[in-house]
Amino acid sequence: MAEVTQLIHQYLRHNKKFPLVFCPGCGHGIVLGSLVRSVHALGLSKDEVVVVAGIGCSGRIAAYVDFNTVHATHGRALTIATGIKMANPGLTVIAVMGDGDAFSIGGNHLIHAARRNIGVTALVLNNFIYGMTGGQCSSTTPEGAYSHTSPMGQLEAAFDIVELTRAAGASGVARGTVFHVKALDGLIAAALSQPGFNLVEALTPCFTQYGRGNGFKSAVDMFKWLKDKAVPLEAYEKLEDKAGRIPIGVFVKRDAPGLETRYAAMRQRLLEKRGGAA
Amino acid sequence: MSQVRKKRREAFLLGNEAVVEGALAAGCTFYAGYPITPSTEIMETMARRLPQLPDGVFLQMEDEIASMGAVIGASLAGRKAMTATSGPGFSLMQEQIGYAAMTETPLVLVDVMRGGASTGLPTSPGQGDVQQARWGSHGDHPILVLSAADVPECLEMTVTAFNFAEKYRTPVVLLLDEITAHTREKVSLPEPGDFEVFSRPVPTMPPEWYKPYEETLRGVPPMPPLGTGYRFHVTGLSHDLLGFPTSRPEEVAALVERQFRKIDRFFHDVQLVEHVMTEDAEALVIAYGCVARSARLAVRQAREAGVRAGLLVLKTLFPFPRSHVEKLLRSCRLAVVPELNVGQISREVKRVNEGYAAVRTINRVDGQIIAPAQILKEIA
Amino acid sequence: MSASSKGQNRVVVYPDWCKGCGICVAFCPKHVLAPGPDGKAVVVDEDACVNCGFCEPHCPDFAIVVAPRNGNGVNGRPNGKSPATDATHGKEDCP
Repeated sequence: MAEVTQLIHQYLRHNKKFPLVFCPGCGHGIVLGSLVRSVHALGLSKDEVVVVAGIGCSGRIAAYVDFNTVHATHGRALTIATGIKMANPGLTVIAVMGDGDAFSIGGNHLIHAARRNIGVTALVLNNFIYGMTGGQCSSTTPEGAYSHTSPMGQLEAAFDIVELTRAAGASGVARGTVFHVKALDGLIAAALSQPGFNLVEALTPCFTQYGRGNGFKSAVDMFKWLKDKAVPLEAYEKLEDKAGRIPIGVFVKRDAPGLETRYAAMRQRLLEKRGGAA
Repeated sequence: MSQVRKKRREAFLLGNEAVVEGALAAGCTFYAGYPITPSTEIMETMARRLPQLPDGVFLQMEDEIASMGAVIGASLAGRKAMTATSGPGFSLMQEQIGYAAMTETPLVLVDVMRGGASTGLPTSPGQGDVQQARWGSHGDHPILVLSAADVPECLEMTVTAFNFAEKYRTPVVLLLDEITAHTREKVSLPEPGDFEVFSRPVPTMPPEWYKPYEETLRGVPPMPPLGTGYRFHVTGLSHDLLGFPTSRPEEVAALVERQFRKIDRFFHDVQLVEHVMTEDAEALVIAYGCVARSARLAVRQAREAGVRAGLLVLKTLFPFPRSHVEKLLRSCRLAVVPELNVGQISREVKRVNEGYAAVRTINRVDGQIIAPAQILKEIA
Repeated sequence: MSASSKGQNRVVVYPDWCKGCGICVAFCPKHVLAPGPDGKAVVVDEDACVNCGFCEPHCPDFAIVVAPRNGNGVNGRPNGKSPATDATHGKEDCP
């Protein structure tokens, strides 16, 4: 196993202050590790990888990794990622976002990125809460859950990230958890290697801002919850009682070229029409 | 036939179309936008032209926020990129403008001003976005704001906007108005070499020596395109020389100071004005955009009537060309500032006046132009 | 990654990076790790480690390394020095 941590260290920026800025037991570091292992497994060079992150706890991931990193404005990571991918399709562009980032303030950008099927991988770290601002409910906070802005329990329904992204037309949609980290490695690697817009939702516990107020005794308790509640998609479909269980795995896998590829083909057609290079 | 070949290519273009010619002449290969009157012809022309270029990219985004995001991303990836919009869209873009200023990402934003606040008068001219262009995004940041008064100038000032953006690593706003954007005039199309074209400085040192926000002689650090071996961090947070977030007072102050200094030290380069018979002017008109056009005629008519009138056309609105204005205010008795707003540049003129001349304003906010006669009445 | 038998592995926790979240302690099937006096994980029964592969990727702070004893050691750092302070770990290692 030693190669795991050693590998991650090869991708960290050691001129940054460590340990990571995240709270003890926050799953974000695990997702970061998973992302690094996936990039490594695909043999991508650091120079060709661009990580665009939004604002929030997840946004801090970008600064730690030795790729080309852009810490965008809140909710707009996908717009900048779209510009980068269209400007240089040779780059592998990964947008790292939180649930508030991707689905509240950035919800419009997300559905449109999925619709135009831009060749960007969206990695959404869903912790059900606005962590950095101190624990307010987000668009994925479960109904009934407590937060500083839903002190009587959340009345609104939560987005189902998977279904929403599927409906919007993404090439790939997957969900994993930081407890099932090996599977998460595989999901991210698959998303990175599939053309078009691919979204991976990573469920990652936030004990500090979400867990404490919602009946969890510790960060460990939240990991146990993930272990108990998350079920591989195939098994989930066979379950008689699905209540409270969370399916994980690959939900959508569509073979469709990314917008950047279709755009290049259009340019080529125009060039040929003008009698340019065949 | 040889005579024909030598003849310059000319076209009868809208101001909006001339913007596109200017952008392409300056090396723009990326446009992202969202349709909005009265700027839409820029977008539509880009949609036809850019895919014809070997590496041209045109994107219609879901809103103006996304348009600015895509432009910023493309610029980070090394492209000369632009967007265009009008009032409501310009308001939506403000946060991203601040991000571009903070991260020193070159880009050009054309705002074709329409009348009124909010949805206002979508098909009428206005000049109500002038102060917003300077101060619309929160926090202290430098920005360049240019304007154009006729169709050939739309072309020329778009080239200038790109050159400034690249030279100073800054967002540049080009303010047009509905009249200028929708006027059709004869324009001579640029040939390669007609304009001096700048591209951003790129690092030449080995990547491990590169500090993305380091002080340089001109204050503008070199900027490599993403993916060329210089892996660094870009953030809208206050950052240190390496681009990493910092809240150390000395590092934060140094960043802001350098960002302002990189432009402040080159006022002579960025503050563009046009003098029309100002040498001996007693009555001075200070104008920009479509109003400058009316003013030009008014000043000529005043001269014919024996009034020593002159016109200062502001091509750069911000940083406000203080030294040019101040100098003329000292020698004239009257300065008239006609604007299609309640007084946005006139407040700058009054600010630098220091009691030299009487400053009078002509303000119109009804969606109509200021006619030459209205200006003539004030100066004659 | 295959599990090896007991007594074959070296387990190191970097205290500088460990935040004491307790994930490794809670899920270690062989109770190799336990909370130390400051709450950070300490190795209490290294011989029991079967290199199951849980703790290392689940450590949110990259503070644990498990390696076979007969291999190249733990990143050349058998004393558990944190990698950031190790001069041998530089960019030249990068692929």
